[in-house]
Amino acid sequence: MSQRQVLQVFEQYQRARTQFAQAVAELASRPQNIETLQNAGVISLLRPLLLDVVPTVQQTAALALGRLANYNDDLAEAVVKGDILPQLVCSLSEQNRFYKKAAAFVLRAVAKHSPQLAQAIVQCGALEMLVICLEDFDPGVKEAASWALEYIARHNSELSQAVVDAGAVPLLVLCIQEPEIALKRIAASTLSDISKHSPELAQTVVDAGAIAHLAQMILNPDAKLKRQVLSALSQIAKHSVDLAELVVEAEIFPVVLTCLKDSDEYVKKNGATLIREIAKHTPELSQLIVNAGGVAAVIDCIGSCRGTVRLPGIMMLGYVAAHSENLSMAVIVSKGIPPLCACLLEEQEDHIKAAAAWALGQVGRHTPAHARAVAVANVLPTLLAMYVDTRSSEDLQMKTKKALKNILQKCTYLPALEPLLHDAPPNIMKHIVGQFSKVLPHDSKARRLFVTTGGLKKVQEIKAEPGSLLQEYISTINNCYPEEIVRYYSPGYSEMLLERVENYHPVL
Amino acid sequence: MAALARLQARLSGLREEYFRRNRYLRKMTIVIQKWWRGYRSRRYFRKMVKIQKRWRGYYVRKYIHNYYALKKYLEAISVNNEIIRSELQKYTEMKENEEKRKDLEKKEKEKQYQARKMHYLLSTEQIAGIYNSPFRKSPDPMELLLRKSKPLSHRRQQTKSPFACELHDWPTCKRPPSFSTAQPLPCIGRQKPQGPFRDPAEVLRQRYKPLEPTLRVAASISSPLEKAREEMKREEWRNRVHDNEFLPFSSYHKNEKYDPSIHRSGKYGQEAYGIKHFREVQPKKWVTDKDFRTVLPSIVLFEKFGKTYSRTGQIV
Repeated sequence: MSQRQVLQVFEQYQRARTQFAQAVAELASRPQNIETLQNAGVISLLRPLLLDVVPTVQQTAALALGRLANYNDDLAEAVVKGDILPQLVCSLSEQNRFYKKAAAFVLRAVAKHSPQLAQAIVQCGALEMLVICLEDFDPGVKEAASWALEYIARHNSELSQAVVDAGAVPLLVLCIQEPEIALKRIAASTLSDISKHSPELAQTVVDAGAIAHLAQMILNPDAKLKRQVLSALSQIAKHSVDLAELVVEAEIFPVVLTCLKDSDEYVKKNGATLIREIAKHTPELSQLIVNAGGVAAVIDCIGSCRGTVRLPGIMMLGYVAAHSENLSMAVIVSKGIPPLCACLLEEQEDHIKAAAAWALGQVGRHTPAHARAVAVANVLPTLLAMYVDTRSSEDLQMKTKKALKNILQKCTYLPALEPLLHDAPPNIMKHIVGQFSKVLPHDSKARRLFVTTGGLKKVQEIKAEPGSLLQEYISTINNCYPEEIVRYYSPGYSEMLLERVENYHPVL
Repeated sequence: MAALARLQARLSGLREEYFRRNRYLRKMTIVIQKWWRGYRSRRYFRKMVKIQKRWRGYYVRKYIHNYYALKKYLEAISVNNEIIRSELQKYTEMKENEEKRKDLEKKEKEKQYQARKMHYLLSTEQIAGIYNSPFRKSPDPMELLLRKSKPLSHRRQQTKSPFACELHDWPTCKRPPSFSTAQPLPCIGRQKPQGPFRDPAEVLRQRYKPLEPTLRVAASISSPLEKAREEMKREEWRNRVHDNEFLPFSSYHKNEKYDPSIHRSGKYGQEAYGIKHFREVQPKKWVTDKDFRTVLPSIVLFEKFGKTYSRTGQIV
């Protein structure tokens, strides 16, 4: 055989391999083919192609593996069990950037499914290689590497600690400063996933100087980048007061308030989350936010959104109002109560309604002035209806009950309490009647109104055990009125009168 | 004698009786005085409580729970909220205007591109184009656009990649990287190389991308701190009037003799004058060599002066 014929055989083989790899890669991009591919045993066939001589075959094979592993966790497990990861990791160091990108894609696709698979990746020493990839010149390689690190670090704090121990954090902070927007996005979300698990990890991220760069990037016009940056800052700020103060010192206020007006929903949500995480720690931080006008911005944001996007904003108002009565009055003065009532009425989800009820309870619980502001908004009947409704979840019922109790214990605004008398359950009735018994002895106009609106009649109809608190309150109320009125309104009075008529012998 | 003994016994008995009665009286006096003193001071205490009550109310209302300050603060918050709300409103309006402007520009570009593509629809002298119907009073705006635009060349234009619009958002890249594709590269006479290919436009962009060094690369080896220090040294050397350094004060006084104080300036060290004695003593002028002596103890109480507890630290 001549030399050319020999070489032709090899060329044919090479062409066949390339075609196979390309075809599998293309088929794997469509989900309906993957079952068939899996049954045909594609992983064991792709494995030797990873060590092929021709670089394009290697790259295509790696790309195909990545797409397969991305699809579901069985395939990812098969990739891990097939001992492919050590080969990938070894060849990561010496190959060109296309291969590095494809290999990082495979690692990411395997790691995203479960913590055990991510642990397997960490154990075969992939972290060091990924960190080396982070120092590469090509931004695409850096992006792929940091994406893989993000999916590893996202599962739990041990894996995050492993990522931090491999020295990834300073390199990620450098990646954030790169000009490519995609790389910035991924690096920011990786930092967010690392710092969300524990305060020590968040402190490590802060020590690498991430906060200043993240704070600068809030001004960037790209919406997805802003989402990740705000999420990262809120994960850092949520752990402790010191971290929250560090985030505030980076001068994010009042710039963050412009994020609350962004056209992208998730930017608004993450911005509200960040403000909530800062506000919940101490009254001083809440005071700072109130002084910067944050409460008004959050209230507008709640008014303009719908659905779960509102939830962090509602919780933020609740936290601010919970700290002290002055802050709660500040929330009321900034017209915070109407949006909260609207949330309570409009939203379908129970957890959002529960959050709105809790926030209203925090606003109204401090002094009678606060309770009056809440009661005037006519929200107490809604709360009562939600409490009594059997379809409400347990969480919603508990929160509405607490809110009602907190507000009712301070409410002296009787016109708002009247409608509640008619259909309240006994444990709430106790508080309502208690409030009446506190106000009525001192106010004659209120006494008159109480009689004319039928409240006295209702009170007489309440059955209370003698000696209970409710009975005491009822007797206090009855003592405010002359005996004839009380007897007139007591149940069965008409029958009693008729009986007297029957038994009366006319005087002739 | 016996009478004396009897008297003495009675005396001691009387004495005991006297002391017993005295003790009882003393106790009673103490009780009465205690009650009286308590009563007097409680009267003062009640007066003091009134004053303190007033003072505490004033202080708390003025400084701790100042109602007017709270009201002013809440008003200030509402004013601030209004300002923030108006500014945010302006910001949203600005953003919306920008979005609209971008959309309009895009549409304009689209229209112009279409006009360039359909340049052949322009009307000629003989044949009126479809946009220039003779029944219309004036030609369609599309016709005017066609007149203004240059026809597209036949050569295949570079495919507009989807990255083009994203490039404008990059903070460092103000315009998309323009690289020469006026002529495509001549094809090399070899068999088609294998493998998945990237878009040639992307490849060329990457190949001719200007260097954008990272912060680590762009910063010089010597850190800014050292550079600043060298700069400062140079400036100081430049601005100095003369080159002799200022010496520290200890070396200024190096050659000076030490002047001892009066306590040490005796010939052989400390002088006794000023420490051990102040007055001069001239024994030759003394009349006698005996000191003053007390003749009579004048008043017993005055004898005890200075001697009751201790005399200059010695116990008497």
